[in-house]
Amino acid sequence: MAGIYIHIPFCKQACFYCDFHFSTSLKKKDELVQALVKELELRKDELKNETIETIYFGGGTPSLLTNEELKLLIDSVYKHYQVAENPEITLEANPDDLSKSVIIQLSESPINRLSIGIQSFFEDDLKNMNRAHSSDEAKKCLKEATKYFDNITIDLIYGIPNMSLEKWNKNLEMTFGFGVNHISSYALTVEPNTAMAMFIKKGTYPPMDEDLALQHFNYLIEKTNEQGFVHYEISNFGKPNYFSKHNTSYWQGKSYLGIGPSAHSFYKNERSWNVSNNTKYIKAIQNKTLPNTAEHLSIQDEYNEYIMTGLRTIWGVSLEKIEKDFGKTFVEHLKISAKKYINEGLLEVSHQKTIITTKKGKFLIDGIASELFMI
Amino acid sequence: MKNIRNFCIIAHIDHGKSTLADRLLDFTGSVTDREKQDQLLDTMDLERERGITIKSHAIQMDYEYNGEKYILNLIDTPGHVDFSYEVSRSIAACEGALLIVDAAQSIQAQTISNLYLALENDLEIIPILNKVDLPSANPEEVTDDIVDLLGCKPEEVIHASGKTGFGVDKILEAVIERIPAPKGDPNAPLQALIFDSVYNTFRGIETYFRVFNGEIKKGQKIKFVATDKEYYADEVGTLKLTQVAKQSVKTGDVGYLITGIKTAKEVKVGDTITDFAKPTTNIVEGFEDVKPMVFAGIYPVDTEDYEELRNSMEKLQLNDASLVFQPESSAALGFGFRCGFLGMLHMEIIQERLEREFDMTVITTVPNVSYHAYTNKTPDEAFIVNNPSDLPDPSTVNRVEEPYIKATIITKADFVGNVMSLCIEKRGIIINQTYLTTERVELTFEMPLAEIVFDFYDRLKTVSKGYASFDYSPIGMKTSKLVRLDILLNAQPVDALSALIHADNAQHIGKKMCEKLKELIPRQQFDIPIQAAVGAKIISRETIKALRKDVTAKCYGGDISRKRKLLEKQKKGKKRMRQVGNVEIPQQAFMAVLKLND
Ligand SMILES: Nc1nc2c(ncn2[C@@H]2O[C@H](COP(=O)(O)OP(=O)(O)O)[C@@H](O)[C@H]2O)c(=O)[nH]1
Ligand SMILES: C[S@@+](CC[C@H](N)C(=O)[O-])C[C@H]1O[C@@H](n2cnc3c(N)ncnc32)[C@H](O)[C@@H]1O
Ligand code: SF4
Ligand SMILES: [Mg+2]
Repeated sequence: MAGIYIHIPFCKQACFYCDFHFSTSLKKKDELVQALVKELELRKDELKNETIETIYFGGGTPSLLTNEELKLLIDSVYKHYQVAENPEITLEANPDDLSKSVIIQLSESPINRLSIGIQSFFEDDLKNMNRAHSSDEAKKCLKEATKYFDNITIDLIYGIPNMSLEKWNKNLEMTFGFGVNHISSYALTVEPNTAMAMFIKKGTYPPMDEDLALQHFNYLIEKTNEQGFVHYEISNFGKPNYFSKHNTSYWQGKSYLGIGPSAHSFYKNERSWNVSNNTKYIKAIQNKTLPNTAEHLSIQDEYNEYIMTGLRTIWGVSLEKIEKDFGKTFVEHLKISAKKYINEGLLEVSHQKTIITTKKGKFLIDGIASELFMI
Repeated sequence: MKNIRNFCIIAHIDHGKSTLADRLLDFTGSVTDREKQDQLLDTMDLERERGITIKSHAIQMDYEYNGEKYILNLIDTPGHVDFSYEVSRSIAACEGALLIVDAAQSIQAQTISNLYLALENDLEIIPILNKVDLPSANPEEVTDDIVDLLGCKPEEVIHASGKTGFGVDKILEAVIERIPAPKGDPNAPLQALIFDSVYNTFRGIETYFRVFNGEIKKGQKIKFVATDKEYYADEVGTLKLTQVAKQSVKTGDVGYLITGIKTAKEVKVGDTITDFAKPTTNIVEGFEDVKPMVFAGIYPVDTEDYEELRNSMEKLQLNDASLVFQPESSAALGFGFRCGFLGMLHMEIIQERLEREFDMTVITTVPNVSYHAYTNKTPDEAFIVNNPSDLPDPSTVNRVEEPYIKATIITKADFVGNVMSLCIEKRGIIINQTYLTTERVELTFEMPLAEIVFDFYDRLKTVSKGYASFDYSPIGMKTSKLVRLDILLNAQPVDALSALIHADNAQHIGKKMCEKLKELIPRQQFDIPIQAAVGAKIISRETIKALRKDVTAKCYGGDISRKRKLLEKQKKGKKRMRQVGNVEIPQQAFMAVLKLND
């Protein structure tokens, strides 16, 4: 069981908060798609005995690719890899690219899941974050997309400074109104070296308000729960059967191949990542070399990652798995270091078998995970 | 004896002393290619890494000049003010000194202070203009500066480069031609000066000495004058790159001695070695017991490591006699030690060595100087305060004295104003201002030693854009208006954060302390009020807001390892934190008062 992630490093314009790898110049798009195809071929032996269950086009903005380009990439995957019967194939798409005709075309392609970057339904929020789409486009594209796709997820951002609870509530109601079955919702995060970080430093953008973010987060949990969504990962809410298979595999330590600049791969205990530079990437691939860096995970690293990702999910971390995969010392270490947080009501033990994060612990889980690490 | 030359190298820090020493060793063939290594004499890892010399080192070179064989003993000394006593004893062991001046930097404060030490000891000075290979070198002007300083002739200044080896032959020629051979009476009773000692795990303490009169023989019964202890000279020899055991070390020469001594405390730099049966009547002058200047608490991060910390400190003391410590306890930190250091660099070195060589994780508290408090009851009797918490109740205190220093600063004329303001802010009083040249000014201040402990070096560097050098010497105690500034976290006083400061600065420093602690103490799951107080009066406050959100939204393929590393780092940082009450305090917070202006 494995997944393939394909990174499309282009965007029409740069959102102020974003530090993902992308270029706003589309000049190299053709060359890059060729390189992606080539990389898929070059690495065809890496997942030799694995079946590909998920394919994920992420970005950047994958909806900037034409139908033909997407088809070319999907065909390459099928050509070089052993793909499962009904793979989950997701496309991240921005509302301004999703006209009715595009949606219909996509629905006729092998792509069976759309991840739409709505962020907010309000014009001022979208402007303040420098999104390329309008409030209208957000609503229109969802109206159409839900007609042709059953498996749709949308991205929403909360904790935007000065966003009232009322406004956040409207965004959620609107989302529920469209009948989407999955939501990824992120607290607005100030990443270093982004335009937003600079604005805040200069004082032209308000600083983040944690209390507000926490309020929005709790509200989000409550409302999605009422609507029958399961909060299965810190930022992900899905109706049963609509969880993201691809992303879940990241949190469960499954193998994946990352194609394209900046993409990460993970196989057994090795993680590698490609350069975050389109030109360098293209050049290297043209020379049939992989422009990547790899790191070996020690048993300790693997344990730490399992704790870190596990506690973010409803599945928590399994004491049995830890004993089996990492050994007694790790279980003992975990039991001892978790005690404090269990007493404080931030973690809990479920059926003597797994440690999971309580509602109270969710918004503090990074610090807690760090304390449970083995150093 | 007429073919022995004993000399040292004196220089301001970074003017190229250790590098030039390497070249001298190369040139005289004292090291094989295999042994070659930069800054060969700096044997401690810490010395190499930081590019500083912490200990004195000695090495003997053989050199043939005009058909005659010479023995050249080079003594490399530390350049830092913290170790000025060691420097002075090394100088006393020599007849000559190479005075190295960086051709781009010219004369600096330690050039002058070390030069005076050399002149006091009647050494022959050989001025060397070093780093002439640098594009920024300014040979004419700097030569003029040197000529002005020494009153020598320009031709006497040797141009050299430790980097290229240029001028090394000239230097060796001058060592032989200009430095006098040692004098002394080979038949007189043994009189030798101890200028350093090194701890060796297998052989105990190795004592480095210079023989002034008589000789020291293997097996001889000897006495150390100041400590009044007797030993047998189990082994004596000279110091090549490795030690060469000899039957005896004779008048004028430099060597090492092994007696089975196990603790560095017994070997005092500056002490005289003599024969037990026929003691000398001349002891080497200038012996002093080095006194610690700066005190700070050292505590184990984990209270259970107290005994291990004690063991480690004792072992450290075996090879660093200038470290003193005694047990103390702090309400906030539990059991630890109050330690005395020669200065701030020395303190940093000890902390680093504890961590590297003994694998101890420690917390060092705010350093302070040693105060004298006089109570109303006994106004003539000094009560020594090495820890702010020991200051008696203010209502019973008659007066408090603090140590003062004479500070010498050399800077460019452009920065005189800035340096002056800084020193005045630091309660300095100017006593002299001399233009060394039209460009370079020497300023002399009297100021409290405590003020240079508190972020003085860094600020001096900043206000002078790096063009200031600094040196100091203690001048005694003076009465000052001092108060104790206490810090409360979560309404609990944290004794380890207290500091004695001048009353007039209390308001200002209190405010800055609160701000700095707010920055340094990580947010926790509850609000933490920080207060600064003098006596019962709160003079400033801040609050560290509770941490409400500690989770990053996204954690997909690309984020996982980056995030794991971040959280690992966070956990490592926490290892260095100390829980006081229910507040976790990182090590840097205990030193906050030193970094108020960062
Ligand atoms: N260009 C140049 N650099 C030198 C020379 N001598 C020393 N240095 C550099 O100056 C720095 C300080 O040298 P070091 O010998 O450690 O100085 P010390 O502090 O006086 O022992 C080092 O980075 C050396 O590489 C020289 O003659 N020319
Ligand atoms: C990197 S985007 C890629 C997909 C597409 N370009 C989009 O904008 O929807 C994936 C998601 O990450 C979110 N995101 C990126 N940076 C963020 C930040 N600093 N704070 C919160 N969400 C962020 C985006 O808003 C988007 O929902
Ligand atoms: S959020 Fe999406 S559209 Fe905006 S810059 Fe980032 S990747 Fe591009
Ligand atoms: Mg040096």
